[in-house]
Order: sequence, then structure tokens, then C-alpha cells
Amino acid sequence: MSKTLFDKIWDAHVVSTVENGPTQLYIDRHFCHEVTSPQAFNGLRARGLRVFRPELTTMTADHNTPTIDQDKPVKDPISRNQLDTFAKNAAEFNMPLYYPLGHQKNGVVHIIGPENGFTQPGMTIVCGDSHTSTHGAFGAIAFGIGTSEVEMVLATQCVLQTRPKTMRINYNGKLGKGVTAKDLALYTISKLTTGGATGYFVEYAGEAIRNMTMEERMTVCNLSIEMGARGGMIAPDETTFKYVKGREFAPKGAEWDKKLAYWKTLKSDEGAKFDLELDFDAADIQPMITYGTNPGMGMGILESIPTIDQVDEASRISFQKSLDYMGFQPGEQLLGKPIDYVFLGSCTNGRIEDFRVFANYVKGKKKADNVVAWLVPGSWGVEKQIREEGLLDILTEAGFNLRQPGCSACLAMNDDKVPAGKYAVSTSNRNFEGRQGPGARTILAGPLVAAAAAITGKITDPRV
Amino acid sequence: MEKFVTLTSTVVPLPIENVDTDQIIPARFLKATNKEGFGDNLFADWRYNKDGSPKTNFILNNPAYGGSILVAGKNFGSGSSREHAAWAIDGYGFKVVVSSFFADIFKNNALNNGVLPVVVSAEFLAEIFNEANKDPKLTLTVDLENQTITNNADGKSESFEINSYKKECLLKGLDDIDYLLSKKELIEQYEASKK
Repeated sequence: MSKTLFDKIWDAHVVSTVENGPTQLYIDRHFCHEVTSPQAFNGLRARGLRVFRPELTTMTADHNTPTIDQDKPVKDPISRNQLDTFAKNAAEFNMPLYYPLGHQKNGVVHIIGPENGFTQPGMTIVCGDSHTSTHGAFGAIAFGIGTSEVEMVLATQCVLQTRPKTMRINYNGKLGKGVTAKDLALYTISKLTTGGATGYFVEYAGEAIRNMTMEERMTVCNLSIEMGARGGMIAPDETTFKYVKGREFAPKGAEWDKKLAYWKTLKSDEGAKFDLELDFDAADIQPMITYGTNPGMGMGILESIPTIDQVDEASRISFQKSLDYMGFQPGEQLLGKPIDYVFLGSCTNGRIEDFRVFANYVKGKKKADNVVAWLVPGSWGVEKQIREEGLLDILTEAGFNLRQPGCSACLAMNDDKVPAGKYAVSTSNRNFEGRQGPGARTILAGPLVAAAAAITGKITDPRV
Repeated sequence: MEKFVTLTSTVVPLPIENVDTDQIIPARFLKATNKEGFGDNLFADWRYNKDGSPKTNFILNNPAYGGSILVAGKNFGSGSSREHAAWAIDGYGFKVVVSSFFADIFKNNALNNGVLPVVVSAEFLAEIFNEANKDPKLTLTVDLENQTITNNADGKSESFEINSYKKECLLKGLDDIDYLLSKKELIEQYEASKK
């Protein structure tokens, strides 16, 4: 029987099936960070358990870390305690893959995973973070879990999951000039809405996806959760294999050949059935921005916010509440609107390619005086590459500087908070109320729109 | 985990759609290393002014409304995987959340903490909001064994879905980890088969 890519990987990881219940799924790689893990380690302690397979968990501190002066003690005592607890748990449970602040492999969990070759095709991957879907770009089943499930994985290397429905989204044709992977994702979410893919695991396919680099594919899969999907994935191909080969934790020698032969079988068979299949024309996609307080409230940069009568009657109160928070009017166009902050970074757009796009745009230009720009590489690996490729010189010349790696203003757990009422054009993943700081107003966009906003100080079409 | 069988309670209506986990518990409260105390900061930015005083127009600060059933607009719990959202709801004293639609990860997290997410039709939900608006003393009855929810104002009832494994866990107060630990041998067999 023909199988989807999802079916093939899922079926290869079933340990048992609970009668009329969920599947017990084996997990190949668990990523762990300081914010969603302490209570899981406490749970192990309370039950007198050890970590079952310590070598299958990679630990990095990223969510609650400063992006300056990382060599100095963390100022906030509560944050410091959380980081100390993370260190204590790594030591007490003999975790061999622990990358604390300052370690050369430290960085945003969904950036260091692929960068070091932990992420590979055909794997099941989990992390106590909803953007774990990022790793699906390699042809893996990757999804976010809660802390109770983190405890389950630490204790048994398994989780109990209900098999999701499958959806395939095909993007036919090529993306236009100046349109990025982020725009493709925001476009899709704006069409499906923030809950439109709930209950599904999505496979992204079609020419526009095939043409993407691994970094771009990661951006697309990263945002799957923003339309409610359990995860997103892309069948591995030569682009994938080339990216993985030679990375520190990737298979080597004969093991590589064996794995590669298997990875080449990982695609949806001809005639495989999906519960839902959608088609988009890549040429329809424009540079995108959001105007509201969930990622589904997005539009092309030249478009206008919907008017009240274009919104479902049941959703009007929430729609108006959202615009009130943002300080926007129904029907308003945002092109030319002044902004205050620009954030380049996060597990969505904190990779080398994002910095290349940003640097290429700002080269020979100057940052607008009214803009505070936070450029935060996703990892020390990305930071090193920014220097080596000469991008840092370009950025410095244009009036920008680099901060140190971490999740930073994406969720503003550290000091990187956008002040109340200020507008931030952000390459991160969520524009929820208060996400970037209490009262902060977030406009989500890709790295190119962010670069244009940083130079002009207002919402600007980067194509002109 | 605490058992859940049936519950009759007044409700706290929150007729907002797409309530995300950043609203349920903002990120700055995620620095704790235990599960206690999150209830105090449930819906913190909607509930408190900057100086910590209560915002009088928010439902949790309205003394007319209370109880252990939260009723919210569609797509409740979207966004982050933070289980702190479930701990905050549980910590505040809610045992049931009713909506016409839940985000996946939140639903799992709630169930893993003995908080029952109940999915009802959009019409049933609208009716609860309508009745609760008129009468803060409105009660709902949630019967897990029979998988029914009843609006006691008009006596109308709906059945709700829950997989039989999770239902059993809630009725008996068992959690997934107990189940998985009992399957250690199968896990080792699986690993050996992949070598």
C-alpha cells in the first residue's frame, strides 16, 4: 500500500499501541532547554528514576539567557537559579551533551540541532518547545511536547501520541524576487488561520519547496505550529544530504552509506492518501507582514487590514480587540507606517542565510536613527560564520551591531523587551499580546522586510 | 494525578477567541523551577494593571463570577508548548475548560495534569456565554463517565469526545508515565530490533 512520508517514519517508531488509545512512539532525539525541563527532572527525582538514554538528549540553555555579557554572571537571580538548576540536573543525571551559556555549541535549540548533525532524516524528534517542528525540514517527525512528556522521554525514551491526520500543501511554480521562505509561511498561515491545521501533520511539497535551501525549509517547517499543526515536514533530497554530511554527529563511513540508502526511500509514495491536500501558486505570494495579535492575521505588504464587515460575525470582538491592542484601524494600509524596533533572530530566522539576506540589503546603506535594531545570531556557529563571511563588517558599516546567541526578544524572557506601545518589525514567530514585552506591538515579517524597515524606519516594500 | 469523575460548578466565561498560552501565562513567569504558584499569574496581563492592582473589567476580577469551569472562545491554548499554562489553570482552581476548539499541545498538557478539556459545538458554547451573561449563577455539569456536559439553565446536554485510554487515566488518576514505565521491556526489544 502506498504510504506518506509521515506514515513511513511513524510506523518505523511504533513500540506498542494502546487499545483504543494513543501510540507509544520511540524518540530518536530529545532536545532539552532550561525553561521547560526543571519540573521534569524533579519528577524523575520524586519517582527515584534515572534518565533512560542520556546520550539521546541534547541540552542547551537558550530561552532565559542574556544576549550581552554572557561571560559575566547572569544578573537576574531567578533566571540565574533556573540556569544553575539546568546545570545541576545535567550533572546529577550524567547528561553527556550539555551546552551551557558560553559553550561553543550553545545557541537556540532548533539551530544547534541541525548545525551539529543531531537532526537527521527519518528520525522522531521532540523538545519541550512548540517550534520543534523546525527539524521536520530534514524529513523527520518533529514536534513540541509539554513538561510531563519531557519527563516521559527522559524516563523511557518514549511518548504516547495520538496519530494525527495528514495534510500535504503543494506550492507550484517559483517564488517571486524579494519573496522569502518566511513570506511563504506567513501567507499559508493567513490562508489557513491560526488554528486551521490543528490535528494535522503537514508535508510541504512542490517546486517552490524543492528550490529552497535547508535554512529556508527550516523556516517553513518552524512555523507549522502557528497554524495549529502538530508538525511540518519536507521529504529529504540531495540538498538535505549535502547539508547533513560531515557534521559532527552525522553518521560517518559505512554507517553513512547505510543511512543514506534508507533516507532516499523517505518520500510520499505515488498515490499516497492524505486527509487533506491543498495547492498554492508560489507566484501569488508577496512579502508579508502581520497586523494583528496572532500569526494568522497577516497580509501582503501592499494590502490593507480587513474591514469589519470582511470578518466573520463571531470573530469581530476578538478582531477589534486585536486591532485596538496594535493601535491600527480596520481597512488601514500599513505601508509607510513608522516603526521603532527591528529584531532579526530566533529559531525562525536566526540562521546564517537570514543574516546574508539582511546584510545584502543593508550593504552601503545606513540604519534609520529612529530604529533600535537587535541582531541576534541563533548560535555561536552562526555568529562565527557571520564574521568569516565578512557580513559583520557590512552590518557594522551600516550602523548595526551583533548581540550574543539566544531566543532573545522572540519571547522576551530576558532583558530584550520591546517597550509598551512601541512597534517592532520582528523576524520571530509570534505576535501575541505582550509576547515581546508587556504592551509591545509586534509586526511579524521576513528578514528582507525587516532589513528594509531598519533602513527606512518604516514599513517598506523591500522590492523597490 | 487527581481523579476526575463528575463536576457541577458555576462558570467563568471568557468569550475571546484564540486565547494563546502567552496570555494564559506570560513568558516572564516561566523562570520557576517547580509547578506551584502559577495560578496567581493566570492571565496576568489581562488581570492586573502595571502596578499590580486588579483590572476591574476583567472577568477573574468580577466577584459575581467564579467556579471551577472556565469557558473560552474557540482555539483555546494556541501557541507555545509551555505546560505552565496548564499548571496556571489548575493552580487557579479550574478543573474543566470548555471551548469549541482547543490547540493540540495545550489539550495534551491539560489532560496530563488532570484538567479536562471539553469540546462543545459552537452553538452550545454561544448558549453558555449567553446564559452566563444573564445569570452568573449558571451551572454546568460535566460527567466524564458518560461523556456528557449539561447546561443546567436549559437542561440541554451534549456529549463530548475523549479517547478511552485518557478517560480511564482521569477516572483512575493514573498518568502516562506509569503506563510507559510498565513497558520498559518492550522499549528494550524495540531498541534491539533497530541495531
